[in-house]
Amino acid sequence: MSRIATVFDELRRQNRKALIPFITAGDPEPGMMVPLMHELVKAGADIIELGVPFSDPMADGPTIQRSSERALKHHVGLKDVLAMVMAFRQSDPITPVVLMGYANPIEAMGYGAFAMRAKECGIDGVLTVDYPPEESAEWVEFLRSQQIDAIFLLSPTTPQARIEEVAKMASGYVYYVSLKGVTGSFNLDLSDVANKLALLRSAISIPIGVGFGIRDGATAKAVAELADAVVVGSRIIEEIENSPQAEVLTNVHGLVKTLRNAINEARTK
Amino acid sequence: MNVYDFPDKYGHFGPYGGVFVAETLISALDELRRQYEHFRNDASFQAEFAYELKHYVGRPSPIYHAKRWSAHLGGAQILLKREDLNHTGAHKINNAIGQALLARRMGKSRVIAETGAGQHGVASATVAARYGMECVVYMGSVDVERQAANVYRMKLLGATVIPVESGSKTLKDALNEAMRDWVTNVEDTFYIIGTVAGPHPYPMMVRDFQAIIGREAIGQMQEEYGRQPDVLIACVGGGSNAIGLFYPYLDSSIRMIGVEAAGRGIETGEHAATLTTGRPGVLHGNRTYLIQDENGQIIETHSISAGLDYPGVGPEHAWLKDSNRAEYVGITDDQALEAFHALCHYEGIIPALESSHALAYAAQLAPQLATDQLLLVNLSGRGDKDMGTVAQASDIAL
Ligand SMILES: Cc1ncc(COP(=O)(O)O)c(C=O)c1O
Repeated sequence: MSRIATVFDELRRQNRKALIPFITAGDPEPGMMVPLMHELVKAGADIIELGVPFSDPMADGPTIQRSSERALKHHVGLKDVLAMVMAFRQSDPITPVVLMGYANPIEAMGYGAFAMRAKECGIDGVLTVDYPPEESAEWVEFLRSQQIDAIFLLSPTTPQARIEEVAKMASGYVYYVSLKGVTGSFNLDLSDVANKLALLRSAISIPIGVGFGIRDGATAKAVAELADAVVVGSRIIEEIENSPQAEVLTNVHGLVKTLRNAINEARTK
Repeated sequence: MNVYDFPDKYGHFGPYGGVFVAETLISALDELRRQYEHFRNDASFQAEFAYELKHYVGRPSPIYHAKRWSAHLGGAQILLKREDLNHTGAHKINNAIGQALLARRMGKSRVIAETGAGQHGVASATVAARYGMECVVYMGSVDVERQAANVYRMKLLGATVIPVESGSKTLKDALNEAMRDWVTNVEDTFYIIGTVAGPHPYPMMVRDFQAIIGREAIGQMQEEYGRQPDVLIACVGGGSNAIGLFYPYLDSSIRMIGVEAAGRGIETGEHAATLTTGRPGVLHGNRTYLIQDENGQIIETHSISAGLDYPGVGPEHAWLKDSNRAEYVGITDDQALEAFHALCHYEGIIPALESSHALAYAAQLAPQLATDQLLLVNLSGRGDKDMGTVAQASDIAL
């Protein structure tokens, strides 16, 4: 069984929900990434989403844009991100790592070369923001050939027929973007999430994560009562951005711990 | 003869084009595609578009025989399709009107646009004023500074200009920011993209709105010269003025040449010659040639003309290149400036710096051809907006 499926299986047995923090590879600086990833796990992360920096992060708000720019100042490319994950894997063979980013760095490396290298480095899933299912048939084949999960986004505006299409291609988990707009926005609507998740569940059998707009323990807890996983990105990146370098690990640990505890309090059936 | 019928229903031109956007934009693009498919074949929409082009833009734009310049060059005859005479001074208005009419029929009260040089921003601000819509224009902060006059024009027309501080702070970043606005305000907002780029249906839709250029040319050439030109030449930034001229001619065997900005010279790396030097990739919603580094990061480009300063190119041009239906060449800043001055001198026409790239290539080609050959050059815009840049290049302070 894949690392992602194992994690969700285990959580289900314990009646708990997954916490998935998102950070950008290379932010605040490349040398800190492996320690930061380990710190996320220590603080209670179940899966790590690692952003691949890109020059044109079209779907991201200012916070993640800035983190991408900080990483690019250090010239962090897809090759470097893969190497970071390989280094992380030396001492953590268990925690799943999902790459999240844009198509072009993958296009530049080539589907085949990327999938092979990603497997070698211990990548478990890939979410490419600008590969919607219509353009993904070949891409998903390459990932499957290396037993890597193709993670897809669903949004409040995704119609039911399309949800069923995504269900056929997706594996690992799907990621429900809980608001209209870019990452880091503030207008999460919980009742909308509840309604939409019910519809999603009717078509999708794999776990459903919810993200975009989750900024505190209370929201994380509320979302955990509805979804299988809670994804938190911009809020963690703000913590990195606002912390002196020497305090990044401690401060991020504290924040993720708070989110973890809140999620653990969620009432789940 | 093969009938050219790209794109396919997914917006693909061979391996290029498509819809490469985040899930959050898919339903808006589906809706746009459906509405455009409908109005594309709607007689009253087309009639209103034609009326606006005639009475508001001043079409048809004439074809002018640049006799003195042709005689000076000593070869083929250079004919100019005078898009510079359009209201607002460039071909951009054709597309802005088409999209604004569609926006109105879709019940959108707010339009947004990206702009580099400011020409498309001005065109969008103009149509928003004309139809009583709110208009927000995203413009890289670097461009805001170097195109101050156009920023003021947009403001006079009632638009809000938002300087974009992310990335390289130029056109590509303005496009990113406009996309972010659209995804956030999709209910009441229509995104007017200024060139044949972006996700399907934009490259097709912008092409269709600009194709008036080539359709007029076919009629005018037949009427005035009794035949069609031997070569078509147009500058290529995103490629909308070029495809506007080329598209109605695609089923013929007439030679077509797109002219990209070679900036300070291809060898310097400071250029915007995407089709000449780029590799296929995915940016701004479509697959096309891109100027990028080995990691797939998009590289900043350079051209003396802000309108050509873009690291991508419309996917249909990528396909026309690969299929050898069109040729793509580069012209440097200096060559474009020389052609700019030549047209001022011999014809009393001040061309846009973008268009000057097409003129410069015509000036290279004409002397190699017989005097009875006809080169039709798309004079995509006028040079009023470029006074500061040209003066500066001659070390003159205005
Ligand atoms: C006069 C003029 N010509 C050409 C262009 C380049 O755009 P496109 O390649 O889409 O025609 C611009 C863009 O601003 C322009 O203002």
